[in-house]
Amino acid sequence: MLRQPWHDLAEAFLLPVLALAGALLLFGVFVWFGGHDPLEVWRLLFVGAFGDAFSWQNTLQRAAPLMLTALCVALPARAGLTVIGGEGALVLGGLACAGLPYLLPLPVGWPGTALLLLAAAVAGGLWISLAGALRQYRGVNETISSLLLGYIAIALFKHFVEGAMRDPASLNKPSTLPLEESLRIGGMFGYDVHWGLAFGVASCLAAALWLSLSTHGFAVRVVGGNARAARLVGLPTNRLIITACALGGAGAGLAGGIEVAAVHTSANASLIAGLGYAGILVSFVARHHPLAIIPVAILFGGFGAAGSLLQRRMGLPDASVQVLLGFAFVIILASEALRGRLLPFSLLPQRAPLPTAPRPA
Amino acid sequence: MEAFLDVLLAVLGGAIRVGTPFLFVSLGECLTEKSGRINLGLEGVLVFSAMAGFGGAYLTGSPWLGVLVAGAGGALLALLHGLVCSLPRVNDIAMGIALMMLGAGLAFYLGKPLIQPQAPQIPSIALGGWSDSQAVQAALNVNALFPIGVLLALLMGWAFMNTRWGLLVRMVGDSSDAARALGTSVSGVRIAATTAGGFIAGLGGASLSLHYPGSWNEGLSSGQGLIAVALVIFARWSPVRCLGAALLFGGAGALGPALQSVGISGFYHLFNAVPYVLTLAILVWTCSPKRSLKGAPMELGVSR
Repeated sequence: MLRQPWHDLAEAFLLPVLALAGALLLFGVFVWFGGHDPLEVWRLLFVGAFGDAFSWQNTLQRAAPLMLTALCVALPARAGLTVIGGEGALVLGGLACAGLPYLLPLPVGWPGTALLLLAAAVAGGLWISLAGALRQYRGVNETISSLLLGYIAIALFKHFVEGAMRDPASLNKPSTLPLEESLRIGGMFGYDVHWGLAFGVASCLAAALWLSLSTHGFAVRVVGGNARAARLVGLPTNRLIITACALGGAGAGLAGGIEVAAVHTSANASLIAGLGYAGILVSFVARHHPLAIIPVAILFGGFGAAGSLLQRRMGLPDASVQVLLGFAFVIILASEALRGRLLPFSLLPQRAPLPTAPRPA
Repeated sequence: MEAFLDVLLAVLGGAIRVGTPFLFVSLGECLTEKSGRINLGLEGVLVFSAMAGFGGAYLTGSPWLGVLVAGAGGALLALLHGLVCSLPRVNDIAMGIALMMLGAGLAFYLGKPLIQPQAPQIPSIALGGWSDSQAVQAALNVNALFPIGVLLALLMGWAFMNTRWGLLVRMVGDSSDAARALGTSVSGVRIAATTAGGFIAGLGGASLSLHYPGSWNEGLSSGQGLIAVALVIFARWSPVRCLGAALLFGGAGALGPALQSVGISGFYHLFNAVPYVLTLAILVWTCSPKRSLKGAPMELGVSR
């Protein structure tokens, strides 16, 4: 019996859903041990994330940067690299966005905003492509180097924000000079949800189109699938891998720029909120597929939005969402072991019967 | 000149004070990697065990029971890593990232009530008694866990070469086929090595929360667990060289605060980043795309 094509699709959908359900169940048991009512926790998780218009707006606002930081993991992953330094690219993107007005006079209105976001994307892209280049030319493991680069980026960020770029008016919380009113990113159609969400969705769509339809994107996937085969057919492996890293980093940098231009209006410590790390989980749950990132980011944005409600209503520590994410990540990875065994049909032998060669008489 | 000596002393003292957690985490990572598996999640193990150790010491009133609790907490998380990585198609690097998140999340959740109180501390050993200079005495006030770490490094170095267990771990790490041919359970040895490595790394967590800085808060560990992974590569998988590397990184980590104490504070955050830059520089220097690293366990993904 041959493996049905819909099995793969059904499994690709069912496995993460079941894994997330398992994580929610485990989280319920966990809070139950702490003397909280799991049913109420689950209800609040849903209400806080998707209960009414207000929580939807909160959810979508949190989902926007997650989509972009998830791309920073997904695109290099499609080229075969595990990059986890999105936090560093995000922070540098925010710094570049807040820092550009110090360097040159910007046009008012949207052209200025476009320049700000471009600076943010370039900063993030360069930072992550550094990790890709180190791996390709020096053989340095990209997971470790990107994470170290992340810590270095945060140190640079603090150095400039608390030093040369500090706004003298920001006393308790060192910040850069706030962006001019006309350069900020506003809400979409009069809602609280800002245009960053549109950027996030558009970037994910563009990445999906690039990977699945363009020759260049196809070449990147070949490199990710089998780097040796890619070299044998003459693909420029180094260049493709570094491009994928740069595009991913640009996504995370853009996330930082948007957070500054739309939410914080200046670069300060609020930017370092673990969005880059949450993006790693989003990308893994979406199996590094840009289209799947959009709903997954909305779901995890919802968990983030519900976190403050859990804290307010039930007195759970603010880290409770982090515990839930940790459970989700471990179970998602462990569920990989079930791939190909989840549906009853795929339990049967998946090989076509060998053709019986006619025996020579 | 006076200021220069002060900085030098502070860095020397800091090498031991800041380097002790590095020492334990790198020894734990070394044991794990020798068995052919990488545990990036030691960062999470470190934070979780620091919380567990602080809680243990606070509740029992004994710092040494706290140290044991920290080790057990670290072993528990590492056991999870070992078990999940033994499932088919589970990537140990991805699982390490997950463990990092889970460990930190659990530590922050369970450690919320521990931020205010004070726990009994691990005693210090005054090695500076011969000098009557205050600064020298302060610099040589050594964490009691440090000599244990030194002994452990020597013991591990000896055991890898001379005992049946050491040989078993190295065999599993160098060739799982050979190990299987001899009827050894590869997963079993790796799970055991990962768990033991988690216990050792947990002692580093205890050193963080029960000696220096000596309290529990959410910013306690900032990447020491990850630096340790690079440190093991730098030490080329030798426990004894891990000792030297840990001291070097401890000294680098102590540079920022030491310079700040003599009034050079403009580059505080940049000096704090010195260990990361140093790690990266060492990786760039020692790695090469053309060959796997000398001394690396053959089964290890990160060095291939």
